[in-house]
Amino acid sequence: MEIGNIYIKDIQFGEQTIIEDQVLFVNKQELEELLQADEHLASVTLEIARPGDSIRIIPVKDVIEPRAKVEGDGGIFPGFVSKMGTVGRGRTHVLKGAAVVTTGKIVGYQEGIIDMTGPGAEICPFSKLHNLVIVAQPIKGISPYEHEGALRLMGLKAAAYLGEAGRTVEPDERFPYELPPLPAYETKYPNLPKIAYVYMLQSQGLLHDTYYYGVDVKHMVPTFMHPTEVMDGAIVSGNCVSACDKNTTYHHQNNPVIHDLLARHGKELCFVGCIITNENVTLMDKQRSSDMVAKLVEFLDVDGVIISEEGFGNPDTDLIMNCTKIESKGIKTVLITDEYAGQDGTSQSLADGSPLANAVVSTGNANALVTLPPLEKVIGNQDMADVIAGGFKGNMESSGTITVELQAIIGATNELGFNRLTAREY
Amino acid sequence: MEPKRVVCYLNQFFGQIGGESEANTPPKQFDKPVGPAMGLQQLLPKNCQVVGTVVCGDDYFNEHLDEAGRAIESMLKKLAPDVVVAGPAFNAGRYGMACGAVSKIAHELGIPAVSGMYPENPGVESYRQYAYIIETSNSAAGMRQALPAMAKLTAKILQNEPIGSPREEGYLSRGIRTNIQVDKRGSERAIDMLLKKIAGEDFETEYPIPHFDRVSPADPLQDLSTATIALVTSGGIVPKGNPDRIESSSASKYGKYDISNITSLHSDEFETAHGGYDPVYANESPNRVLPVDVLRELEQEGKIGRLYPYFYATVGNGTSVANAVKYASAIAHELVNEGVHAVVLTST
Repeated sequence: MEIGNIYIKDIQFGEQTIIEDQVLFVNKQELEELLQADEHLASVTLEIARPGDSIRIIPVKDVIEPRAKVEGDGGIFPGFVSKMGTVGRGRTHVLKGAAVVTTGKIVGYQEGIIDMTGPGAEICPFSKLHNLVIVAQPIKGISPYEHEGALRLMGLKAAAYLGEAGRTVEPDERFPYELPPLPAYETKYPNLPKIAYVYMLQSQGLLHDTYYYGVDVKHMVPTFMHPTEVMDGAIVSGNCVSACDKNTTYHHQNNPVIHDLLARHGKELCFVGCIITNENVTLMDKQRSSDMVAKLVEFLDVDGVIISEEGFGNPDTDLIMNCTKIESKGIKTVLITDEYAGQDGTSQSLADGSPLANAVVSTGNANALVTLPPLEKVIGNQDMADVIAGGFKGNMESSGTITVELQAIIGATNELGFNRLTAREY
Repeated sequence: MEPKRVVCYLNQFFGQIGGESEANTPPKQFDKPVGPAMGLQQLLPKNCQVVGTVVCGDDYFNEHLDEAGRAIESMLKKLAPDVVVAGPAFNAGRYGMACGAVSKIAHELGIPAVSGMYPENPGVESYRQYAYIIETSNSAAGMRQALPAMAKLTAKILQNEPIGSPREEGYLSRGIRTNIQVDKRGSERAIDMLLKKIAGEDFETEYPIPHFDRVSPADPLQDLSTATIALVTSGGIVPKGNPDRIESSSASKYGKYDISNITSLHSDEFETAHGGYDPVYANESPNRVLPVDVLRELEQEGKIGRLYPYFYATVGNGTSVANAVKYASAIAHELVNEGVHAVVLTST
């Protein structure tokens, strides 16, 4: 597998969708027409938000990185945009520095803020990107499930459409990733610690779902995944509620645990692959999934695993069940989670725990408050800022300043370890 | 520029009133530095002045908590300090408890407090969140080390400088989880930690998992047919329009709602305020989260005595454990007073 990054330094509307001198020009009318063809959508409009712009995007549904599959089997977002086919091999071009952001009225309690400047921008990874923002309104009478599905597909289509502009562009940098079958690792790196990655995916229902090759993962049993599959969009996000610690599609495409394990593979460690699992709501599902995760980890005969959570509260139990069952087999674990320690930081941070969970990476206290000054332009609708997760009554001043918990900032406490934020006891 | 104001709190011994025989001395105010407060004054920057010293006997303080507290509160209000410095108390238990309580009084007046104690002083465990407690040795022999560290931190607070971590500043952890940016992203830190753990090297978890408060279930009721049963939920069921504006996540409150005339929850009268689960099914029939319909049937059939005429609801999503404990204690207190025998607790 080879990733070819094409740096994007600006997005502008133009007559043709094309990349020239690291500027992505977008044919606005052509893309709007392509997206509007969906019978579930009444209107689609495009906007551009650049780093430093006085723009607030609210509520954000998903963020997606434009990519094109240049060589190899399958296509981008298999099971959604491309037909079925196993991905993760060949060559993929990435429009690095650009993203598609989807917004508009969403189904229930809308989530997620991206501020392109100010204190909100310092804690949001997407404030540093050139964003093509899609504002979509659904047709009347549509069910919440159809609405969510239409918005999800819309974002993926737009990212694949923009990615095509990079198909014939010479990448600015190339990253090759090694791909031998598992037994080859044994002989090649006999002295390096063998590490697997347990990749937990939200699967609690509407706006809390995740898809693998188009399969709603709540209906999946844990399975083995090759790390590079995510780079072609094998995992797609359908969730944005309590936005700080939900994995957008962008996060999956750029999973930092996978990236950093691959970067150290063959040097300090031997990365054998990923086990993807779900976070279902019933006890029977939780028991089955954590049993199967521990079984797969044991079969891989690894020395240690990294387990990343998605979300908080209910999934804390999945995290701890995965941890205790794997540790009980004598395999070392490190967990990545965020904290809900209260606005004053004095509460217990997780809803579940175990003495075996003795190695935890914290990605920050999501209840901590942040004050966002008014910005000149709002894309989407700020009226919902007091009811989104992380908002509260009276958090909007007449000046337009809003105070929210970090929860409301999309990606702020991402539990794949995407950011440098952590919480310490003071 | 007005000098910054510091008030010190000392016990009868360090306040130079006398030894154990004077431990019953009630609070006294001196409008100048006394004893160790004089040493502190010399260590503080020029624009910081110790404007008063409050002295109280250790026995008096601990045996007359309310009176001593009220007297000291009014002294602090008059002296209007920018920082209160209590102790150092080293390993003196009664003195440490008094320093902690004075720090709490200052905290409630919006005044930051600095103290100094040995880690095992009971004042640390009881009051650590109200003061920056500099770690000291276990006896007054450590005064020479304690005072400069306390003065340094006091000066930082007075000059509005950011206060670093316990390790950087030398204070004992206050138990406050604080967000900071570090050099490496989380994924890299996780790999570093795992490699150390596999190699059997020392590693430091970023979040020590606390001891969990496990509650054992109560004994079963002997006779359901005479029992009053209440419904309580963290699933966010509220009257339509969410009159109390319970937050969709990180709830700051709970609601209490009348269901005395309701046999089943209808979608035009009730809904969920919860932002953490798929709301479609709960909004179609709120009975799915708060089973009023089934409990009314059981009441009709005589299987339960009666359904308590109110239900309590909050949103569990993103709500800190400390707040959840607070709401639960208040709700449980009311239910016990109302003679409720059992609660059906639904979560989502």
